[in-house]
Amino acid sequence: MLKDITIGQFFPGTSAVHRLDPRVKIVLTVAMIITLFLAAGPISYVIIIGFLAAIIGISGISPKLIVRGLKPVLFIIIFTAVLNLFYTPGDYIWQWGFLHISKEGIKIAFFMVLRLMLLIIATSMLTYTTSPIQLTDGLERLLGPLKKVHAPVHELSMMMSIALRFIPTLIEETEKIISAQKARGADFESGNIVQRAKAMVPILVPLFVSAFRRADELATAMECRLYRGDVGRTRMKQLKIERVDVCAMVISAVVLGSVITLGRFGL
Amino acid sequence: MSTILETRGLTYVYGAGTPFERKALDNVNLQIEKGEILGVIGHTGSGKSTLIQHLNGLLKPFSGEILLDGQSIWNEKGKCSRETRFRVGLVFQYPEYQLFEETIARDIAFGPTNMGLGQDEIAVRVRESMQAVGLDASLAEQSPFALSGGQKRRVAIAGVIAMRPDVLVLDEPTAGLDPGGRDEILGMVKDYHDQSGATVLIVSHSMEDIAQLANRLLVMDHSRVLFCDTPREVFSHADEIIAAGLDIPMVTKVMLELKKRGIDVDTSVFTVEQALAAVRSYKQGGAR
Repeated sequence: MLKDITIGQFFPGTSAVHRLDPRVKIVLTVAMIITLFLAAGPISYVIIIGFLAAIIGISGISPKLIVRGLKPVLFIIIFTAVLNLFYTPGDYIWQWGFLHISKEGIKIAFFMVLRLMLLIIATSMLTYTTSPIQLTDGLERLLGPLKKVHAPVHELSMMMSIALRFIPTLIEETEKIISAQKARGADFESGNIVQRAKAMVPILVPLFVSAFRRADELATAMECRLYRGDVGRTRMKQLKIERVDVCAMVISAVVLGSVITLGRFGL
Repeated sequence: MSTILETRGLTYVYGAGTPFERKALDNVNLQIEKGEILGVIGHTGSGKSTLIQHLNGLLKPFSGEILLDGQSIWNEKGKCSRETRFRVGLVFQYPEYQLFEETIARDIAFGPTNMGLGQDEIAVRVRESMQAVGLDASLAEQSPFALSGGQKRRVAIAGVIAMRPDVLVLDEPTAGLDPGGRDEILGMVKDYHDQSGATVLIVSHSMEDIAQLANRLLVMDHSRVLFCDTPREVFSHADEIIAAGLDIPMVTKVMLELKKRGIDVDTSVFTVEQALAAVRSYKQGGAR
């Protein structure tokens, strides 16, 4: 049940995609998203799909996992498809009451679904192949210039890594508490909404107590290791742009650049 | 003695159908006698926690059945009655982290309230179980969060005792306590057992703790039952127990070492008194 949540899940590996510098991966993912919205015609989409498929192939992540990652957003995808399908004005080919389907509607709905799916696959490739620590490290370095204007970049990225780190721990904790309360006869499955909400109290109180306790312990442990924010902090793993990063950037620039160019011609 | 809880061919698999599939229980057959103290031992990952979560129906067996008083706890519709949860009281590991109420008395009352008991009966049970775990009655209206770790654990155990379960199952009740706290908790369990006549299952890593308390020992290894017998009988298989990654009581070790050095003493003993008797009888035998 709770264990099935796949937010920010990371699958360790040693492929070229895994080894890319996280900054490069983040920038390229953003570029990919922008390109997706500039892509106009079928040729562009074919190129993008091919490009993504190649990345997935190189990364060695099973396509099954990619499909599973789409499940949580299935509702949004279907919702968008239905809205676009029925509410796009144009050359009607089917009509019933206020509902109508136009040729343009079919086209827009199809590309919208494709665009959304590609968007999610592209971003999930980022989290699948980049560990949370690398991800926040990369983000911190990318946003580094904002420190000049006193934006708390380091603090935000530290908070993000801690939050990501504690998701599985808190899920496990929640399951334990649920079992313990069930053993005392707690009933979470019957009753109306008010009763069910009340039944959550025996889970939420211990969960908050333990989250605060963990936060406290973590703060102490960090201070024991002389953590004092960003000041004078060095890193065990320095981020460095390697050959593979340069290759990835060049290839991506060519592919995404050609898609954007094609988009201008509506292809 | 009659059997109160029984498992037949109990098998459980974690993550069935995924690459992470792992057998946690493999054909476990077990008979728990009414009124006994059964010690459950096994190293981490041997399946003991999985086993006890089956006994009150928190986990549903992959195959096999669990009988409470000869009746399967899972009905034909695949449901487990709440009655089972009340009759087989389960105290989890580190139970102090499940406390949630504003006062100790109300937290202990959570179980009895779920049973649908009347206010008077609940009050009686709260008082009774606080006494059973050695909590002073004056603490009843205090917040459980103001207590020390060991005291909190007592509150949590009292919360299960208050349901007056026929079978009390404790998962590592001494984990993380200092030797004094450990002895207190174990003494408390023993007293509770003697006074209430309830059946008690106590899970532990430590042979030392459990050997003196339990009538019988269940030794788990690699998801299977390795032994289920009296401590004396179990410790006579010292080699196999050590092979399973478990420790044997210090006294038994000493006796084994004596035997190795040619002093033929009884090696199935596990308390100092028994050892003394064994050495005495050896000396008398030698004198003869």
